[in-house]
Amino acid sequence: MPIAIKDIFCTRGVKTTCSSRMLANFVPPYDSTVVKRLKDAGAVILGKLNMDEFAMGSSTENSAFFKTLNPWDTSCVPGGSSGGSAAAVAAGLCAASIGTDTGGSIRQPASFCGVVGLKPTYGRVSRYGMIAFASSLDQGGPITKDVTDAAMLLNVMAGSDPLDSTSVDAPVPDYARGLKDGVKGLKIGIPKEYFIEGLDREVEGAVNGAIDALKASGAETVGVSLPHTEYAVGVYYLVATAEASSNLARYDGVKYGLRVDNAAGLLGMYRATRDRGFGAEVKRRIMLGTYSLSAGYYDAYYKKASEVRTLVKRDFDEAFKKCDVILTPTSPTAAFRLGEKVADPLTMYLSDIFTISCNLAGIPGMSLPCGFTSKGLPIGLQLLGRPMDEATLLRAAYTYEQGAGWHKKRPAL
Amino acid sequence: MKYETVIGLEVHAQLLTDSKLFCGCRTRFGAGPNTQVCPVCLGMPGVLPVLNAKAMDYALKMALAVNCAVNKKSVFARKNYFYPDLPKGYQISQYSEPLAEKGFIDIENLGSARRIGITRIHMEEDAGKLLHGEGPDEEGASLVDLNRTGVPLIEIVSEPDIRTPDEAVSYLKAIRDILVYLEICDGNMQEGSLRCDANVSIRPAGEKKLGTKIELKNMNSFKFLKDAVVYEIDRQTEAVESGERVIQETRLFDPSAGVTRSMRTKEEAHDYRYFPEPDLLPLIVGEDDIEKARSSMPELPAGKKARFIKEYSIPAYDAGVLTAHRRLADFYESSVRLFGEPKTVSNWVMGELLRLLNEHSKDITDSPVTPEKLAALLKLVKNGDISGKAAKEVFEEMFTTGRDAASIVNEKGMTQISDEGELARAVDEAIGRNPDSVEKYRAGKTKLLGFFVGEVLKATKGRANPGLVAELVKKKLS
Repeated sequence: MPIAIKDIFCTRGVKTTCSSRMLANFVPPYDSTVVKRLKDAGAVILGKLNMDEFAMGSSTENSAFFKTLNPWDTSCVPGGSSGGSAAAVAAGLCAASIGTDTGGSIRQPASFCGVVGLKPTYGRVSRYGMIAFASSLDQGGPITKDVTDAAMLLNVMAGSDPLDSTSVDAPVPDYARGLKDGVKGLKIGIPKEYFIEGLDREVEGAVNGAIDALKASGAETVGVSLPHTEYAVGVYYLVATAEASSNLARYDGVKYGLRVDNAAGLLGMYRATRDRGFGAEVKRRIMLGTYSLSAGYYDAYYKKASEVRTLVKRDFDEAFKKCDVILTPTSPTAAFRLGEKVADPLTMYLSDIFTISCNLAGIPGMSLPCGFTSKGLPIGLQLLGRPMDEATLLRAAYTYEQGAGWHKKRPAL
Repeated sequence: MKYETVIGLEVHAQLLTDSKLFCGCRTRFGAGPNTQVCPVCLGMPGVLPVLNAKAMDYALKMALAVNCAVNKKSVFARKNYFYPDLPKGYQISQYSEPLAEKGFIDIENLGSARRIGITRIHMEEDAGKLLHGEGPDEEGASLVDLNRTGVPLIEIVSEPDIRTPDEAVSYLKAIRDILVYLEICDGNMQEGSLRCDANVSIRPAGEKKLGTKIELKNMNSFKFLKDAVVYEIDRQTEAVESGERVIQETRLFDPSAGVTRSMRTKEEAHDYRYFPEPDLLPLIVGEDDIEKARSSMPELPAGKKARFIKEYSIPAYDAGVLTAHRRLADFYESSVRLFGEPKTVSNWVMGELLRLLNEHSKDITDSPVTPEKLAALLKLVKNGDISGKAAKEVFEEMFTTGRDAASIVNEKGMTQISDEGELARAVDEAIGRNPDSVEKYRAGKTKLLGFFVGEVLKATKGRANPGLVAELVKKKLS
């Protein structure tokens, strides 16, 4: 199976750049566990895919090298940060791809590009060799043409790894096996906090259509509440940036990667290297994160955010007492235009408003196509599941997909 | 005015594990630069730490040895700062939730016992080493050796219970002895496997509030620790008496000048931005882990010394010397088991054996004389086969050649002459040669007994049994 890999996964002997000038010529001497498992399973690694630098972004416009276009409308972004991964699958350049998701970076581009994207439970897939953005949120997963491929790829990727202490030591079920078991009696939670002002009319319509279709297949819907949703974006940008500020400290010009050595002294080398090596968004997040961890601010920012994160997690625990999966839109809008949000980071951050809570809670989530806008742009449906219950997500997604048939539509390129 | 000194020590001990704290790299000292490194300890992109279970076991042993309470859950944290010897840009350590807390040790200082509290023990990884001015081409270039990066350390933090420079040294020695006894650290301060920082402040005698503390660094011997603290007390006392204020800062000890110098003030101190290490789960220590550590712990120095005094009826001084090193104590006990006579064995071990070990810069574990060989030698003396004087000669030969006593004694014909007929002949000859002395002896100058014994020993090249000779002389001249 020809598979392409987001350029955040280390590939032995093959350049791994994270779409950053900092690692423009970095060739790792090791494979990430995900890549190793794919190779062992007989996959052919076709190549590496563009992304937002260090996975920081929602449009892939933060790549240090080039922009990736949306195959459905090349004036639009493919989403991000796994924009290359989603666009490559949508355009038929590979059978499937691998992405990573820290706050929606698999699901949002999958939604924008009309493909299936699955972010597994935190710890289900090894993070070894996957370049860290925010260690407590990052998770690798498949981006595929349909749900069946996602299940099959997850079978290969999932499982505990002695090289990753945070990987979960639990047996991996055959995710492809129960796909056809249907959704009769499945309880689908509809969280009121996700159907809000600012949600695009066409997106809302398509998602409601999907709810009706699942009901017609025998599922039941139940209203649920995730009351701390409004804090999720704030919490995310404190926790993720704090971890990132530390994770990206290793890029200092000393050992590997870029070194700009035209300034005097050690401090000068550090400054010049990091100034030249990192793009604006990466620098912005390092500064934010450094700030929230600093003496005198830690309690009010990082610590408080960690506490609220627990509340977000608790919301889901409560909701899953009433339902088996939660259904929401993946993103409030379909793909936006290239350049549209570059100048306004805050608006850009809000395009992840529906996907972020899932990472904070560590639960699995996936996006699959549920229609198109009048302009012909794909719309994504998000399903969220209980920890380690990817199987139920995949079964619900498969049932809907087979009835709706959106996955058969391809962009005219 | 009289001042009281308040000292607390932070001791870093490198653990003697075969591999590093978070990867499988070797930890051997003195290997070629950057030969014991891998992607994990080099901090390459995407790699993750995995805790070395043995390091945890070692750390637990120390925690138990110094009476700490082990926390069931402890948390690794990142200490963030930039330096070329720190490849990840952060050190994985433990911060607000350490492995163990609230312990103590009893130390002896100038004959009196003192209890020093242990605030906490936590695990962390070591940093690498920078070599300045050794670059092959570039002037002023620094080289980075990352072999030491990721070597497991424990940090043992004392309460500010120490009051004098001598007490600080006694405390550090006690901590080192325990570490070495547990065989979890080699205790070598020169090579840096044991390091110590001291927090020193003074306050008017009787005052309860702590004074402004100064952190002292770079003391890589007991002597330097003492010198640095002594200097610092004088410096702070002078400052206070002349109306200055002591400012909180970190000072570096300069051993060649014997002074401390300001390194950075509180304002310049790093903000390490500690936060929980997301790449590692909280460390959960179970009862079984503690039991495992406890069950494999050896008897500790203080307990062993007390037992030696009681069990072997040897003086406290002997017991102290013999238990200073675990393997020396083992050697002593094995020898006593084989030979008996604990005080005789103690004399030999403390005397001849330690002297030769020192002269040859050898460790007890490398001693060519084993307890079996020592016991065999002592048996020869006890049976009267050789004299005590000859035994010392034989012992030295055993030490340098590794041979056993009997073969040396045989080869050199050093066997003691105890045959009465043979000795009687030699005594007769000596009496015959010295009629004057015989007369004086008989006239009451019995001190001349020694002279006759000496004559016989001379004639027999020292092999005559001196006790028997003396008896024969007395009998013949009476």
